[in-house]
Amino acid sequence: MQPLEMSAVDLVAALRQGDITAVESATVFLDRIEATNGSINAFLAVDREGALARAADIDARRKAGKPVGPLAGLPVALKDVLCTSDMPTTCASKMLEGFRPPYDADVVARLRRADAVFLGKTNMDEFAMGGSNENSAFGPVRNPWDLSRTPGGSSGGSAACVAGDMAPVAIGSDTGGSIRQPAGLCGITGLKPTYGRVSRRGLIAFASSLDQIGPMARSAADCALIMETIAGHDPGDSTSLAVDVPRYTDLLDRPLAGVRIGRVPEHFAAGLDPEVAKGVEEAFAVLMAAGATVHDVQLPHAKYGIPTYYLVAPCEASSNLARYDGAHYGHRCKDLGQRTAGHTGGFESPLVEMYCRSRAEGFGPEVKRRIMLGTYALSAGYYEAYYAKALRVRRLIRQDYLDAFQTVDLIGGPVSATPAFKLGEKTDDPLAMYLVDLYTVGTNLAGVGGISFPCGFTKSGLPIGFQLQAPPLAEPLLLQAADRFQRLTDWHRRRPQAVGVAKT
Amino acid sequence: MSTSPQTLTSKDVAKVGLLARLALSEADLERMTGELSKIVGFVSMLGELDTADVAPLAHPLDTQNVFRDDVPVASLSTAEALQSAPRHDGSCFLVPAVLGDSGAA
Amino acid sequence: MSTTAPYTTIIGLEVHVQLMTRTKLFCGCSTKFGGAPNTQVCPTCLGLPGSLPVMNRRAFDLALRAALALECTIAPFTKWDRKNYFYPDLPKGYQISQFDLPFSSDGFLEVVDPKGAFEPCRVGIVRVHLEEDAGKSMHDEAAGTGDTRIDLNRAGTPLCEIVTQPDLRSPQDARAWLNELKLLLVYLGVSDCNMQEGSLRVDANVNLHIPQPDGRIAKTPIVEIKNMNSFRSVERALTYEAARQWEDWQATKAEMGKTPKQTRGWDDPAGITRAQRHKEESSDYRYFPEPDLVPVTVSQQQIASIRGEMGEPPVSLRKTLAAKWNIPAYDADVLVNQGRELVDYFEDLATRVGEGKVASNWMQQDVLRILNETNGTVSDFTVRPEGLADLIGRIKKGDFDTSRAREIFAEMVTSGRPVDNVVAGMGIAAVSDDDVISLCRELLAANPKIVADVKSGKEQAAAGLIGQAKKKNANVNPGKVRAVCIDLIRGME
Repeated sequence: MQPLEMSAVDLVAALRQGDITAVESATVFLDRIEATNGSINAFLAVDREGALARAADIDARRKAGKPVGPLAGLPVALKDVLCTSDMPTTCASKMLEGFRPPYDADVVARLRRADAVFLGKTNMDEFAMGGSNENSAFGPVRNPWDLSRTPGGSSGGSAACVAGDMAPVAIGSDTGGSIRQPAGLCGITGLKPTYGRVSRRGLIAFASSLDQIGPMARSAADCALIMETIAGHDPGDSTSLAVDVPRYTDLLDRPLAGVRIGRVPEHFAAGLDPEVAKGVEEAFAVLMAAGATVHDVQLPHAKYGIPTYYLVAPCEASSNLARYDGAHYGHRCKDLGQRTAGHTGGFESPLVEMYCRSRAEGFGPEVKRRIMLGTYALSAGYYEAYYAKALRVRRLIRQDYLDAFQTVDLIGGPVSATPAFKLGEKTDDPLAMYLVDLYTVGTNLAGVGGISFPCGFTKSGLPIGFQLQAPPLAEPLLLQAADRFQRLTDWHRRRPQAVGVAKT
Repeated sequence: MSTSPQTLTSKDVAKVGLLARLALSEADLERMTGELSKIVGFVSMLGELDTADVAPLAHPLDTQNVFRDDVPVASLSTAEALQSAPRHDGSCFLVPAVLGDSGAA
Repeated sequence: MSTTAPYTTIIGLEVHVQLMTRTKLFCGCSTKFGGAPNTQVCPTCLGLPGSLPVMNRRAFDLALRAALALECTIAPFTKWDRKNYFYPDLPKGYQISQFDLPFSSDGFLEVVDPKGAFEPCRVGIVRVHLEEDAGKSMHDEAAGTGDTRIDLNRAGTPLCEIVTQPDLRSPQDARAWLNELKLLLVYLGVSDCNMQEGSLRVDANVNLHIPQPDGRIAKTPIVEIKNMNSFRSVERALTYEAARQWEDWQATKAEMGKTPKQTRGWDDPAGITRAQRHKEESSDYRYFPEPDLVPVTVSQQQIASIRGEMGEPPVSLRKTLAAKWNIPAYDADVLVNQGRELVDYFEDLATRVGEGKVASNWMQQDVLRILNETNGTVSDFTVRPEGLADLIGRIKKGDFDTSRAREIFAEMVTSGRPVDNVVAGMGIAAVSDDDVISLCRELLAANPKIVADVKSGKEQAAAGLIGQAKKKNANVNPGKVRAVCIDLIRGME
């Protein structure tokens, strides 16, 4: 089998056994990226030189019988929201164009220690704000299944590069569905872990109480493999959980008998695409065939998830993004300095002018919208009506989940209401775009875990995603159920034919 | 600012723009006023819920008391600290004058 | 303090003190003062993308210690908030501070004048909270570029903010109270309170209450004064500001509430306060809970353990010293106000000398005088308690009198040598009893008139012998010469 078609688990085994070298493996993916990235735009930066040097080093160590890490030689793509000391980190924003952090994110450091080989940084919605990848300052990502369509977002580049065989594994981040929704729209598997399971240190913050890093790969088994490396306590992140990391890969192959899966009837209300609904119902049937039982559960406040999310996230974002002001790093507007008396362009000082213009130039429209919304909702006189109100509803939403998990072990359902939509379809209507997060924001508001994996295709050949959500720290069960599903189906093995080059 | 959130005025939006340090042209202001009004109107649906007895939940974690020891770790070099600065003089970040023309020194 | 002014000055203070930690509040960068710019910075205190804060345990414990010493109530649950504003010395665009749930509130600190010159002055503490400091902006006007230079070494340094009730009634009281606060915090090891290095900063809120003919009290608008670099500046600025408000009142009759709170900066060389420019946006800090930190809970056991390691605060140490060493309250006050090290020196000395009052007198009249003259500190003082105790013991033994001992002490201070060494070097030798007796016999033989006078009851005539004795042997103890001579004359009878 060619490395392009191998699962990460198999590729790591092949590398370990010497069936393929790390350099060979890296080269295959780098060549694939070179051939296809022009049409998909999944990568913002590709580090061919660094990847090959790293791969050669791993090969040399392995040959010399020296110890190598558990992922030795596995190519990995990193969402450009993760700080890397040896590659630019831009968050797909003009604001951080060319920015080089002087440090590695905790997950990046863990992957390095595990001897993964970084291929490059993947495209995304600017500062992870968006659900279609059209908010990237460096052009949208195209869905490998249909280049006229969105891969989803915000981790669209990570999803598309895995779907397009440009990387066996990518790392994404999920604030309101940014791993699960693009995974669903691109036909791959993506895990959003429990809040605190993976360190956020070095993850460029969008909404700190919602952000979580997770793996995106072709299968649940591959996600399990990556989780063993990236999960775990980080004393440098106060919100990182000091809980031991299970051997996720050892916990996969267990029967689903007796596992209770909740089904939320409201998920199937008007607005859900019939083909998606059908795919999701069929997925329930597969899980039942595997021994799980399905039960209706209520999430009474689910319909308030979107308005709650679009207050909490922008409020936090308005503060998190204050640091991009042109003073210490990032974009600074030009034409400052001819400070003649009275010339402040309507600003109270040259400094304020620098702030306002740098930020206006550096941020794209969606980022500005959310900063404005969050600033407004936190401002004097509005805090209680908007931000505090949203936090109260957030408690109700979390309680819904905790109550539901009293009676079921998992909650299943759609990831998105529709398959991948056309690029440009929703760009004129911010609110319509916000609604694509309908099924995913609850997970983040509650701080629990969720996984998305393919459960079918539309007649036009677009992937349909299925989502499972679980109580805090129940990643083993999420991965086990998804893996069981993938042992019984082959949706996750399908490959898009749309991409510009024929496979070798 | 106006009391009815659904009717954000461009004056409200201009004030928020200054708070957020975002320069907004007249056209930006007009568009933003429309978009924000729509979004604010939408999120106002939370008002339907009676949450008088519900405490705010700012964070999904129940964790408390996370500390580190008072032990120094290596700092960055000045060159690393300044490596992405738009302007610096080798030891400090340089920014335009903090004070306006009317400000005292 | 009494005042004849036709108004009462109402003063509240806001004090920021830097906590004595080795590292910053949220990262492992050093807090050492005086480093080259931007050498004590890391991703966290630079506010780099993706960086996160983790609370310094020592900083929290020291803040707790300060709050307990100020008799505050400790909140069982506390959290941190973001205070959002743009300023280049604040790289994250927000300061991590505490808003609605500070870790402590509702305490007090009292100042008592041992001489009773003024009433005990008890000032309520509204709250004490823990927050991070900003960096330093330097306005480079000289370069002519109009640039501001930013050094972030100080950014993220732990600060305790102490906010008082408006309980102070005079600039002098404010200064005295600040001295007591500083003393307390230094005693407890909470802060070095070095104002030159910015480890203690004071802002003051002041207005006047002016009784009106109709019995109503008119209140002038509250002014916040900033940029005061010493306690003396605080006193001067408040004195100036009270007078300025009085004049302003007479001219405008402007009362509180009709104008927004004004901020004025103290211009020390000019000796005046100046209005600071009013920001366009009213300060809307958009506080909200800091999602990158988790809350802190404090148990009764923790409070007990912090109390246990706190050490004795000045207010009770004054009483302890006075009682233990049987010294006047005034003495104890002077000693304690000099700081813990001086008290330790005194106690060591007093133990060796065995008499508190004697030791205290030496401290007040000699040790402190020299420290003041040389601007020195007791830890660098060349004469250690054992050396001084030795000297005092020799006086008691009668080897030399106090004025002679002072000369010896002065030489000990400058040379750093022990008593015997100094005595030998100065040509001073203790005169043996036999030598004194034979010297006195000589003198009596040579001065029959004085002998006769003493015999007739005029003992004061013996004084005439002392000058002569000193001429013959500079080291003799005059008191001893007198006593021996009188004894010898009586023996002749």
